[in-house]
Amino acid sequence: MVPLSYYLVLSGILFGCGVLGFLIKRNIITIFMSIELMLNGVNLSFVAFAAQWHALSGQVFVFFVMVVAAAETAVGLAIIIAVYRTRETLNVDRVNLLKL
Amino acid sequence: MTASTLNPSLNPTLNPLLWMIPILPLAGAAINGFFGRKSSKKAISTVALVFSGAAFGIVLWIAAGFSSALAPYSDPVAHWIRSGSFSVDFEFYLDQLSLVMLLVVTGVGFLIHIYSVGYMWDDDGYYRFMAYMNLFMFFMLTLVLAKNYLVMFIGWEGVGLASYLLIGFWFTKDSAASAGKKAFIVNRIGDFGFLIALFLMIKHFGSLDFTRVFAAVQPLSSETAGAGLLTAIGLLLMLGAAGKSAQIPLYVWLPDAMEGPTPVSALIHAATMVTAGVYMVARSHMIFERAPMAMTVVAITGTLTALFAATIGIVQTDIKKVLAYSTVSQLGYMFMACGVGAFSAGIFHLMTHAFFKGLLFLAAGSVIHGVGGEQDMRKMGGLRVYMPWTFMTMGIATLAIAGIPPLAGFWSKDEILWQAYNASWVYWLIGVITAFITSFYMFRLMYMTFGGEYRGGAVQKEAAHGHDAHAHDDHAHGHGEPHESPWVMLGPLVILAVLSLIGGFVGYGNRFEHFLAPVFQQGADVIAQETSSAAEKSTEYLLMAVSVSLAALGWLLAYLLYSLRPQLPARIAASLGRLYQAVANKYYIDELYNVLFVKPLLDGSTTILWHGIDQGAIDAAVNDSADAARHVSDNLRHMQSGNLRSYAGWVAAGGAVVIAYMVWMGVR
Repeated sequence: MVPLSYYLVLSGILFGCGVLGFLIKRNIITIFMSIELMLNGVNLSFVAFAAQWHALSGQVFVFFVMVVAAAETAVGLAIIIAVYRTRETLNVDRVNLLKL
Repeated sequence: MTASTLNPSLNPTLNPLLWMIPILPLAGAAINGFFGRKSSKKAISTVALVFSGAAFGIVLWIAAGFSSALAPYSDPVAHWIRSGSFSVDFEFYLDQLSLVMLLVVTGVGFLIHIYSVGYMWDDDGYYRFMAYMNLFMFFMLTLVLAKNYLVMFIGWEGVGLASYLLIGFWFTKDSAASAGKKAFIVNRIGDFGFLIALFLMIKHFGSLDFTRVFAAVQPLSSETAGAGLLTAIGLLLMLGAAGKSAQIPLYVWLPDAMEGPTPVSALIHAATMVTAGVYMVARSHMIFERAPMAMTVVAITGTLTALFAATIGIVQTDIKKVLAYSTVSQLGYMFMACGVGAFSAGIFHLMTHAFFKGLLFLAAGSVIHGVGGEQDMRKMGGLRVYMPWTFMTMGIATLAIAGIPPLAGFWSKDEILWQAYNASWVYWLIGVITAFITSFYMFRLMYMTFGGEYRGGAVQKEAAHGHDAHAHDDHAHGHGEPHESPWVMLGPLVILAVLSLIGGFVGYGNRFEHFLAPVFQQGADVIAQETSSAAEKSTEYLLMAVSVSLAALGWLLAYLLYSLRPQLPARIAASLGRLYQAVANKYYIDELYNVLFVKPLLDGSTTILWHGIDQGAIDAAVNDSADAARHVSDNLRHMQSGNLRSYAGWVAAGGAVVIAYMVWMGVR
C-alpha cells in the first residue's frame, strides 16, 4: 500500500503549483486553472485521509467540493467571456477597475 | 475669652449685621464687575460708593453700640469643613481688635473710594477699577472679621489677589504687569510660611479656631529654654506677615507695587492690606508671647526694616517711591512694637499710619493728577501756589508722620519707642534714628514738591503727550500749568487731614491701650505702668523730648538742604560716591535677589526642567515613538499595493506560516 505521506506530499506539490500559478500568471484563464489545481490538491489529501482512517466523510466532502468547483467553473468562465468582450484582454492587471 | 462669653444671644442687635459687612462690598464688586461695562460711570460710582459706604455705616453703627462688656462676640454664618473632630466654619468674630481694624478698613477705604471717583474718572477701565476696589474691601473685611485662621487665610489670599489685579491694573504697561507678578510671587513665599504654621496648629491643637487654639496654647509654658513648637509656629507666622507687610527680606514687592494707580497705593499698600501682617501677629499674640525667640525675631526684623527702608527713602526721586519706602519703614515700627510685646501700641500706630499715610498717598495722587502724570519730584516744585489744599493736607500728614506733637503720628510712634526702650535701648536708638530720617525724607519730599519754583514748565508741555501717556499714571492732559484737584478728591484729603490731626488723641492717657486690653490681656501691665514711679515718667518725657527734637532736626536739615541751598544735596551725593550709589540703587537688593534666587531658578528651569526633562525626556519619548510608528508604517504601507495577487500572496504566506507553526508544534 502506498503510504499516506506520498499522497500528502503530492497533494502539497499540487497545491503549491496552484498557488504559484495563481500568484505569477497574469492570464485570467491560467489563474482560473490554478485555482482548480489547488482545489484538487486539497481533494487528494481529503480522499487520502479518508482511505487511511476508513472514514467516509472525507470522500463525501470531495464530492461536494467537485460540485461547487463545477458550478464555479461555469460561472467563472461566463464572467471571463463577458470580461473579454468588454475589455478585449485577459490580463488581470488591466481589469483592475470596476468602471469602464 | 472662654466659650461662655461667646454666646451670640449676648448682643442680638449685632446678629444680622456682622456678616453683611463683608458681603456688601462683594455685592458691589459683583454688580460692577458683571454689568459695569455697559453702565454709565455715574451708575458705577453710585454702586461702588453705596456698597462700601453701607459697610462703613454698619461698622459705625456697631461701634456706637459696642460695649467692652459684651465683647467678644461671634457670628456663625455657615458650616464649611467638618471632618471628624476637626471643623472649620465660616464664622465672624468681633472684639476690640477687629473693631479697630473694621473702622480703619471701612472708614479709610470709603474715603479712598470717593477719591477714586475723581482720580480714575477718565480711565477706560473705570468699572473694572471700582469692582476690584470693592472686591478688595470684601477680602480685607473677611480677613479682619475671621474667627479662625482658615477664613483669615481666605481673606489673606484674597487681598493678595486684589492687590495683584490692581497693581497690574494698567496691564498693557509691561512694568505694571511684572510688578503685579512680583508682588504675587513674593507674597507666595510668605503664604507658604503661613500655611505651614496652620498645618502645625491643626496637627498639634486640632483646630484653627482662634478661641480653641489660644485656649490650647494658654496653659503651655513660655519656651524660654529653647525653640519648640510655639517658636516654630511663631516664626512661620512671621514669615507670612513679612510677605504681606513687606518686611525684610520680603519687602521688595512693595516699592514696585507703586506701578498701580495711586488710590490703590493709598488703600492697599499703605492703609490696609500691608497692615494685615501686623494684625495677624497681634491676633496671634498668645502664641508669640510664649515664644520669646520668635518675638525677638519679630522685633529685630521690624527694627532693621524700619531703618533700612528709611535710608533708601532719602534718595528716591519718585514721589510715590519715597512714600512706599516710608510705608515699609513705618510697618517696621509696628513689628518692632509687636516684637517687644506692645501689641496695642503696634495697632495704634497701624491706625494712625492708615490716616496719615493714606492721606500722603492721596495727596501725592492729587499732585500727580495736577501736574499731568509726572511723578519725578525733580520736575515739580512750587506747587503750594497752584494746589493750596493739597499742600495743606499733605503738610499735616508730613507733620504727623514726622512725629511732631500733637499730631497722630507723635502719639503712636512715641508709644512704640517708649515700649521699645523698656525692652532694650538698642531698639529705641535705631527707632529714633529712623524717626530722624523719616522726618528728613518727608520734609525733603515737601520742599521738593511744594517749595521753590515750578520746574516742570515747558518741558512738561512738550513731553506731556508722548511720554506721560504711558510712562506714569494715565492722567496726561497735556497741560502746562499745574492745577488743583476737584473737590471729590480734596474732600477725602481734608477728612483724613483732620483725622491725622486729632487721631492721636484716642491714645491720650493710654485710653487706646485700655480699650484693647481685654484682647491682649495686659490690663494689669497698663495699670502698673500708670502707677509707675516718677523717675520712669521723667524718663518717658526725656525720650519723648529726644525723639521730637530729632524730628525737628530732620525738618531743619531738609529745610537747609532743599530750600535754602538746593545745590548742596548734589554735591553731598557726589562726595559720598559709592555709598550714595548703593543707596540710590536700593542697596542692590533686587539685583542680589536676581543673582541668588531668580537667575538660578530661571536657569535651572530652562536647562534642566525645560530643555532637559520636558524636551529631552517627555517630548522626546512622545516624538520618538511617533517617529518610529511613522517609519514602520512607511515600510508596511508597501504591502497595501492594490494588486490583488500580492494580497493572495500574503494570504498564502500567512497560511504557510500558520501551517508551519502547527506542524512544528505537532512535532514537538
